[in-house]
Amino acid sequence: MNLTNGKGSMSTASSNAAWKAGDVVSDQFPAGLRVLVVDDDPTCLMILERMLRACHYEVTKCNRAEIALSLLRENRNGFDIVISDVHMPDMDGFKLLEHIGLEMDLPVIMMSADDGKNVVMKGVTHGACDYLIKPVRIEALKNIWQHVVRKRKNEWKDLEQSGSVEEGDLQQKPSEDADYSSSANEGSWRSSKKRKDEEEELHQQFVAAVNQLGIDKAVPKKILELMNVPGLTRENVASHLQKYRLYLRRLSGVSQHQGNLNNSFISQHEAAFGPISSLNGLDLQALAASQLPAQSLATLQAAGFGRSTAKSGISMPLVDQGNLFSFQNPKLRFGEVQHQNASNSKPMSLLHGIPTSMEPKQLANLHHSAQSLGSLNMRVNDPGAQSNPLLMQMAPSPQSRGQMINENIGSHVSRLPSSMAHPIIPNGISSSVLGRNVIADGGRGAAYNSVSQNSSMVNFPMNQTTEFPVSSFPVGSTPGISSLTAKGAFPEDVSLEIKGSGGFVPSYDIFNELNQPKTHDWGLPNAGLTFDASQHANPLQGNIGIPSSVLLNQGFSSSQQSGHHSGASSVGNTMFAPGELMDQRNAQHINHLNTLLLGNSPRVKAERIPDASSQATFFPEHYGQEDLMSELLRQQEGIAPAENEFDFDGYSTDNIPV
Amino acid sequence: MDRNQSRWQVALMRQSLFDQGYLDEQFIQLEELQDDANPNFVEEIVTLHYRDSSRLISNIEQNLERNPLDFDKLDNIMHQFKGSSSSIGGKKVKAECTLFRDYCRAENGEGCMKTFQQLKKEYAALRKKLEAYFQLAKQAGPTETACRSK
Repeated sequence: MNLTNGKGSMSTASSNAAWKAGDVVSDQFPAGLRVLVVDDDPTCLMILERMLRACHYEVTKCNRAEIALSLLRENRNGFDIVISDVHMPDMDGFKLLEHIGLEMDLPVIMMSADDGKNVVMKGVTHGACDYLIKPVRIEALKNIWQHVVRKRKNEWKDLEQSGSVEEGDLQQKPSEDADYSSSANEGSWRSSKKRKDEEEELHQQFVAAVNQLGIDKAVPKKILELMNVPGLTRENVASHLQKYRLYLRRLSGVSQHQGNLNNSFISQHEAAFGPISSLNGLDLQALAASQLPAQSLATLQAAGFGRSTAKSGISMPLVDQGNLFSFQNPKLRFGEVQHQNASNSKPMSLLHGIPTSMEPKQLANLHHSAQSLGSLNMRVNDPGAQSNPLLMQMAPSPQSRGQMINENIGSHVSRLPSSMAHPIIPNGISSSVLGRNVIADGGRGAAYNSVSQNSSMVNFPMNQTTEFPVSSFPVGSTPGISSLTAKGAFPEDVSLEIKGSGGFVPSYDIFNELNQPKTHDWGLPNAGLTFDASQHANPLQGNIGIPSSVLLNQGFSSSQQSGHHSGASSVGNTMFAPGELMDQRNAQHINHLNTLLLGNSPRVKAERIPDASSQATFFPEHYGQEDLMSELLRQQEGIAPAENEFDFDGYSTDNIPV
Repeated sequence: MDRNQSRWQVALMRQSLFDQGYLDEQFIQLEELQDDANPNFVEEIVTLHYRDSSRLISNIEQNLERNPLDFDKLDNIMHQFKGSSSSIGGKKVKAECTLFRDYCRAENGEGCMKTFQQLKKEYAALRKKLEAYFQLAKQAGPTETACRSK
């Protein structure tokens, strides 16, 4: 019974493999659904297994998260859904959740005896598709198949929306079941065996191309042309793009949540920075809150959503201004966004109507602070630049958040918003994603970006000083925290202090899938959707972007290693524990930043402000950012900063075995 | 006759466990999972639970001897114990777990210790009753242990 390897499921996998959402259900569906259940409690594990078998599912049980992860990695297509406990000794369930979301993009159900609202919320923001309270009844398990179907369905939709579906993509997708594997392979980023660094490099090229084109215009064909990599097919790019977008979306989802929580913090400027985590809307919102120029928000938003925001002017309706940007309202926005985010799988949806670009604002803020100090109103990146939030580079402007893709950032250092645009990276530290660490410090010379090239991690400098992490977060998952902290540039005004750290933006490893070839059997149109070959449908919505502890998969260790995370290379890794990065990399940056920034930077409490009960390790990151931002902003404004220490709560990836 | 009588006794004993609050609905869930293919499922689960919970209990005991008390750790262990107990439907034990955790959060060391003693008692009592129950059930022969309508 204790089948901890995939054997059981594998053998049956083939038999059930064929069912896909597309077909809607084969006759026996949901029978044969391949479930992986993870729980350290042997009693519960056994009961669950028995219950799942009684539902006619194929069950693989596992009592350790690490084993579960390796099972999943080895059999990318071997499972349809994962059920995991929240409290586990070797790895926090939420961390596992993130990893799975990023690497395999499978639906994950969390369970716990804890029914506290905070914990459940954490599940939501981390992207769990459901949350069960223990003891679990069999009735609750009977319907879990809906999550699988839903996810696939959404993925399909995402694919359509992402624009990567071109000429015939759509058609070829669905319904090809068995062929899917082959076509999926084709579509997979890693269609050819590539080494990690090759993948990473590919990813960097990909991001650069996307940034260059502008997220809106980034269609696989053009990206392919820009990248000019022999042997790469459009399908590869399309699927990678899809995944990338979903990733961004997730990030923004996270930030939204944070935003929400941080309402209090977001006071003006801070708000902007707060939730930068996701490009999509969330950041925008935050930015908006921070009163960043609409442009940046727009940009961010666009980025987040994959639309090219090239225009700096935020054309987004959302950004509306005034109040959106005002700090005073951040809460509203965040909350809204957040909810939206959480609930939507579509990135954009969040911010409709709301200046989604939190980031731009934030970025702008940062930027300004960095540069002009004082005027929060930074323009968000330069108007034209924005276009691709994807740009991972760290924009010189101190962006408080390491946004991942900050295209704006890349180009404009001074643009805060640009950096902000990338949702990812929490506080500013965004390691340069693709190796470009550009942390341009906004004006003051703050050099943020310390992150090196691959740092995909954007980590907000943890330190207390107002650091402004300007970094473009690395897409690649480099954990490097680029302590962007705006150096010096922000003196009083921006107190963005993004406390370092925490904001790791999990760089999602786009290439991770590359490593694993998998054709996923589910027929959903994912032809290229998933990054990983396994094609998972939408990434957990919401928030996988959480920088914290995103697990890195094999590449994980890299993240730990300070920083140099070869961005995309690690297969599936992109998450690095913020903590880790911080330690390694940030320390210096932070110091640096600290000096640069005013000493008065309020320490933003990295921890999530909202309380979050204790647990949330993930949340803190997010909130942390916001807090930082708010703190910074507050300081600027002269408001007494909250005294929060930014505790980097980092989800250290210590226990993540690489 | 004998058989029927035994079965009747088993049924009575079972019912009393519920009536007296030792067991709750979850136990019935386990019973429903028992079938011909898994004829001793409930007992297997309960045995597994004992093994795991003894370990947790001694872990708590060790931690209660520390000075100062690490309430977070205690809370954590108790959380696991509670999860395990609730999976088998141990109602009274579960209630003690909750109380213990409340004391942990309030950082009330004495409250923790007292509750823990009480918890151990309940745990032992339940264990004893279940063992008797399973034994009787075995003697009565294979029969429906769960007589509830689905």
